[in-house]
Amino acid sequence: MSLTTYAWLVLAFPLAGAVLIGLTFRALPSRVHGWLGTLAILLSFLSALGMLNALDGRQVTSVAWDYANTLGVDAQVSILIDPLSVLMCLVVAGVSTLIHLYSVAYMGGDRGYTRFFALLNFFVFSMLLLVLAGNFLLVIVGWAFVAAASTFLISFWYRRATATAAGLKAFIVQVIGDVGLVLGAFFVFKGTGTLDFLKAFNAVDHSFTVNQPELVAACILLLVGAFAKSAQVPLHTWLPDAMEGPTPVSALIHAATMVTAGVYLIARLHPLFEHAPDAAAVGAIIGCVTLLIAATIGLVVTDLKRVIAYSTMSQIGYMIMAVSSAAYAAGMFHLMTHAFFKALLFMAAGSVISAMGGVQDLNKMGGFRKAMPFTFGCMVIGGLALSGIPPFSGFFSKDEILSLEFERGGWHAILGVAGYLGAFLTAIYTFRMIFRAFMGPMSPEASELAHGHLYHAPEPTNPATGEVEDTDVGFPGPEHHIAERAAPMKVAMGALALLAIVGGFLQVPGVSSELHHFLEPTFHDSTYYASLEPSTSSEWIGLVIGAVIGLSGIGVAWTIWGKGGTAAVYQARLGALHKFFVNKWYFDEAFDVLLVRPAAWLGRFASTTFERLFVNGLLVGGSSGLVRALSAAVRGVQSGYLRYYAALLLIGLTGLSAYFLISA
Amino acid sequence: MGIHWYLVVSALIFCIGAGGVLTRRNPLVILLCLELMLNAANLALVAFARAHGDMGGQIFALLVMVVAACEVAVGLGLVVAIYRRRLPIDVDDLRELQG
Repeated sequence: MSLTTYAWLVLAFPLAGAVLIGLTFRALPSRVHGWLGTLAILLSFLSALGMLNALDGRQVTSVAWDYANTLGVDAQVSILIDPLSVLMCLVVAGVSTLIHLYSVAYMGGDRGYTRFFALLNFFVFSMLLLVLAGNFLLVIVGWAFVAAASTFLISFWYRRATATAAGLKAFIVQVIGDVGLVLGAFFVFKGTGTLDFLKAFNAVDHSFTVNQPELVAACILLLVGAFAKSAQVPLHTWLPDAMEGPTPVSALIHAATMVTAGVYLIARLHPLFEHAPDAAAVGAIIGCVTLLIAATIGLVVTDLKRVIAYSTMSQIGYMIMAVSSAAYAAGMFHLMTHAFFKALLFMAAGSVISAMGGVQDLNKMGGFRKAMPFTFGCMVIGGLALSGIPPFSGFFSKDEILSLEFERGGWHAILGVAGYLGAFLTAIYTFRMIFRAFMGPMSPEASELAHGHLYHAPEPTNPATGEVEDTDVGFPGPEHHIAERAAPMKVAMGALALLAIVGGFLQVPGVSSELHHFLEPTFHDSTYYASLEPSTSSEWIGLVIGAVIGLSGIGVAWTIWGKGGTAAVYQARLGALHKFFVNKWYFDEAFDVLLVRPAAWLGRFASTTFERLFVNGLLVGGSSGLVRALSAAVRGVQSGYLRYYAALLLIGLTGLSAYFLISA
Repeated sequence: MGIHWYLVVSALIFCIGAGGVLTRRNPLVILLCLELMLNAANLALVAFARAHGDMGGQIFALLVMVVAACEVAVGLGLVVAIYRRRLPIDVDDLRELQG
């Protein structure tokens, strides 16, 4: 089969899976749907492997059909196949396959099992569409599909008020991003006259001067889209709330799909950003700010999944910073390794939450190390990779980003320093989470599990509010599943653990640079890609510094939480700062004061004062009153007296005649 | 003899007719007064035609007579209809079209 056939198959399988599962939800037993969904994504992944095999360093555009060709707009349904999109397809489809496999067991007791897999397949299809899109139009379609699919999945337990609210919040932020992306695409189209990626990239040099305001505006609008998808400050507030969804959804959103879309977009549109360095600088700085803010919040959050959520935000900050600083291969490398270890961390967290009977609060956990050895091992591997400890994958990818920041020089070096600070915080909060959940004295749930019985709450409650729920459709199911007792979960986590360990060897300074060479054809027009190459010795110095920082972070975490201790002393000493971090830098509150309340006030003003006085009073009442007054005047003339009409006629005629006589 | 006297007579007849239309309440009398007004106009038309030596005025007078005949036919028909319906023969009482 040819390269393009493989590419269309990559898209076709998940879509077919979603449709098939959706249509056969009564015809087949729900167990089948889980395997069907997994099979669809697996086939998609195999097609992506076929793409990799047939690619041969080319950039190929394949057009399915012309959607519309009018007024100079050529809207095609076309896909662009090049090393970048193939890499993304492999990561997305590969990690999604494992997440599907995990969900087969993890969601086993849920009444919405079939719906879950239909939506999950649709989510993967949307992401693959976004990744493979060959023009701005199709990328916008994929962008919006991903937003919709994520909302459905975050609100999967739709009878939970907190889950539906979180889904709405995600959707609203996504729409802000959509607007940015669409407007940015319009600007690019206005300048280059084409929607096609490759044509636009070729035209950008002579359509725009460097840092031309129109292009900078376009790139910043595109960045707004990327920030909303990738949860960068200030459009990040949806991401922690998205933890309301089932754990596999969190893994899917955070590892394989959705949040990486912003990173991919910047890498894909690199000719535009290199032509507008001012916009790229905005991206790099925002990425750096995000990685620090998220890391500080991660230090104090007590919800297990939210700690990982903030760490995602922080790691995506690294990637955005990298691709905005022209360290494309490093950014994509980190994206890939992050997908492995973040999916692994979420799966392990899901297993722990199951063991806790749905509770996510770190304060109530402890001592699971003995009871859940496999989960503990996976969590530690994921944590070591996330903290950048050699030889795990995150070690190589994170430090490559930072060494390239130093190589860029100038103010980028400050970003590099901030990156190391972020790495230190990352190691602390990651191992704080692990130590608090797995070390220390055993919680009742852990000792129950150690005695061979999986804890189930006497009555199901919402972990966020404590409200009592049932286990019918729209709420989590009655059974929980832990990795130790469910083979599919174990296989998925084992595979990811392996990838999290070895994934970094794709690109070891001085030894291998597979990814860099692989991505070369996509970035052949970049001015930095080939030249921005730190010397092997300086990279190794960076690696050593990174390792020391990571280890010292873990050391700090061990001294505080390692033996079941708490950080109460530090919380008391740094009370104000702790409160600031616990309240997530008051972003939600600031939005509430700056946007939500003025909007609500405006709405109230419109409904009470404006509607009542202006619309009802002046417009509706005014016009009807005017007509009524005029008609009353006219009615007065219609007396019905024939002689009165005759008199009026005479007077009128006399007046007219008199006027003409006098004027003549 | 100038045209003036014809015009004066015409104006007098017109005013008498108009006064009758405005003051009388019997529809028959109003129709008679209308005829007076039309004929006053006819007189003025014929007088002007003679004065200017233009036959157009005479032709117009003939047209007015035709119109007057039609109007009388319609008007008398209305009066007969009013009578047959035993409605008051008084234009002030017939004011159902009041707005």
